[in-house]
Amino acid sequence: MLPYIQIGPATVQLPGLVVLVGLWLALELTARFAERVRVSGDLAVNAVLWGLGVGVVAARLGYALRYLDAFLQSPGSLFSLNPQTLDPTLGAIGGLLAAWEYARRKKLPLRALLDALSPGVLLFAFFLAIAQLLGGSAYGMPTKLPWGIELWGARRHPTQIYAAVLTLAALGWILRAGRAVRGDGTLFLQTVGLLAAIRLFVEGFRGDSVVIAGGVRVAQLVALVVLLVVWWLYPRWSGGNGGSR
Amino acid sequence: MRQKRAYWLWLAAILLLGGGWIWLTRAPQSVRSGPPPAPKEGFSAPDFTLQTLDGKSVSLGDFRGKVVLVNFWATTCHPCRAEMPTMERVYEQERDKGFVVLAVTAEPSAEAVRAFVQNYGITFTVLLDKNAKVSRGYRVYGTPTSFFVDRRGVIRWVVFGGPMSEALIRSKVETLLKEKP
Repeated sequence: MLPYIQIGPATVQLPGLVVLVGLWLALELTARFAERVRVSGDLAVNAVLWGLGVGVVAARLGYALRYLDAFLQSPGSLFSLNPQTLDPTLGAIGGLLAAWEYARRKKLPLRALLDALSPGVLLFAFFLAIAQLLGGSAYGMPTKLPWGIELWGARRHPTQIYAAVLTLAALGWILRAGRAVRGDGTLFLQTVGLLAAIRLFVEGFRGDSVVIAGGVRVAQLVALVVLLVVWWLYPRWSGGNGGSR
Repeated sequence: MRQKRAYWLWLAAILLLGGGWIWLTRAPQSVRSGPPPAPKEGFSAPDFTLQTLDGKSVSLGDFRGKVVLVNFWATTCHPCRAEMPTMERVYEQERDKGFVVLAVTAEPSAEAVRAFVQNYGITFTVLLDKNAKVSRGYRVYGTPTSFFVDRRGVIRWVVFGGPMSEALIRSKVETLLKEKP
């Protein structure tokens, strides 16, 4: 765990820095990969940047609406740099809508765009896992296994490393599958399916899971539902012979 | 026909392997029971005892049942100076509802801290961490660093750096004050 590095008088938060580097590299990869599905790299990157920009604004406004009294008493807080006053759900909805609207206006084929984004999504997920390792979040359950890491007062499963390694393997798979990409959205479905499977697997070792009755982990149930949605959509998007046809 | 069979085999694999794994890896009691102490969201806030400027001993554990903002700061740190009046304002308004601020400083000079407190009109509790033992225990690598602790003594949010906006402090404190003791 290395949450900070000291550069002269400045204390730099390393996880945040790694996330930013990951975002930059993911956008670079997207720009290059997009051409394979005959989508302009610039337009694909712009769609992501629009989504990010609007997402941040929506997240701050959403949070301000939830805590209206607090913001009415100090309206200047609306423009503060504190990331803790963002609503991630509304941010994600706002960002996705903005990216979708941008793609629609630029007449970008949606499924081809999703395919174009796939390797970038996985590369970003890899950097996110590294950032979690540096910040000590998404930590594992205590273990006696030799590869356990000392974290938060116990030897724990290195769940962040499990996630990073599996995500890197998934990226390799997607880049390989991407050689014959058709732009029908199936590469994106594979990406989502792989991410859901990784979460389903790694969550089983996590020490910070939200659980319901009987100790069942909520994130695993969500991941299973996502896998079922991918299973249902795949033959429909690929034009294959699905079970309902 | 073959394709259709593969389609249903995939469904069976997802349900059997996925469902089986979920069942096998249900969270043990240790994950579901109270968290051990560690300076991290979701863990119990490690207890400490420090002295105020008047030499009175104060422990974090004394405030179980209240909402506590543990703020690590230094007189020389600009963001710390910037957020002090904000914390004071929120403290003034919310202390009767059960909100406490413990401002911990590893400053070597108690006199410099006393002058600072008087200059800024601070009324919340300021604690002297003379050998920085508590700061190290809380893994404070830079100031300000703030820990929002709920009524059960669990750290709910950690804010590295600053200054914290007034809305940030108010929204977090408001949320925690609404929770039952």
